[in-house]
Amino acid sequence: MKEHIVIRTVSRLLIPFIQLFALYVIAHGDISPGGGFQGGVIIGASVILYVISFGMEDGRRRVSESISDFMNSAGVFLFAGIGVLCILAGGAYLEYTAFAGKAAHGEHAEHALHLASHLGIYGIEIGVGITVAAVMMTIFFETARHEDD
Amino acid sequence: MMEVIYILPLLFLVACALTAVLMKDLLGATIILGAYSLIMAVVWTMLNAVDVAFTEASVGAGITTVLMVAALSRTVRGEYEPAHEARGWKRKRFSITKVSGFFVVVLTAAAMIYGTMDMPDFGDPNAPANLHVARRYIEESRHETGVPNFVTAVLASYRGYDTLGETTVIFTAGMSVILLLRRIRRE
Repeated sequence: MKEHIVIRTVSRLLIPFIQLFALYVIAHGDISPGGGFQGGVIIGASVILYVISFGMEDGRRRVSESISDFMNSAGVFLFAGIGVLCILAGGAYLEYTAFAGKAAHGEHAEHALHLASHLGIYGIEIGVGITVAAVMMTIFFETARHEDD
Repeated sequence: MMEVIYILPLLFLVACALTAVLMKDLLGATIILGAYSLIMAVVWTMLNAVDVAFTEASVGAGITTVLMVAALSRTVRGEYEPAHEARGWKRKRFSITKVSGFFVVVLTAAAMIYGTMDMPDFGDPNAPANLHVARRYIEESRHETGVPNFVTAVLASYRGYDTLGETTVIFTAGMSVILLLRRIRRE
């Protein structure tokens, strides 16, 4: 569909807003519907929209194979790494409240615990988002027909 | 009057499903399945399951449709009808397959409808599913995790292991696709 000027113009206008919305969904997973998975899917969809309207080669120029492969594993690594950090901080695997450390017994104990758990949840949501976004675009890049086929 | 608003999307779902099955044009059937998912998202919203609705809209209506179209771009658009080419006994065998498939679908649907007879009413606070840990999540998650949306609290905190497993499944899917479909350039 590379030759359709309407599709190219509209998607060029929409993609930044779609991606902004995806980041909003990931960042506000704790207070509104959505989260890492849905936000990641939306990011992946925005890249797929770009590929559909500008072609596979142009899309791979924006998100190269090495970047999407790196993102594939980086998300899971971030998720699992936060779990290990929790152990290093003295808690169980994925026990985010361990990040609070000594503050957990101080004056503002509840505040510190909530902040620690928020941090952990944000971290894993971002991890989920990165992996899901990368996998969605990878599947599309590899299954859709290339121009040279 | 309110019942009409609840029943209308369900009727539309049945219409979408039937059209998708009967359609010969596979691209059209894929798009109709996307519409099906979008209406399903509306149904989830009416059932107050907004997180599920969000996932249904983005994955079911968005990504699944796109991936099916991507798969179609490597095959043909029309449905393959082996019965047209076959003669005699072979032709009979295809129609037997179709009829028996229909019966399996009808039997499964009957079993599922029979299963829903014993289901508790929608939103019943005394339903078994709402008596176990659900109450703790609703009442305590705000205090225990500091996160207002308790769906996120369950997914990311109480059931963090499950979410890690899910993410690993998605990662594995991506790796498998790369290993199976990527054409390695040999220079």
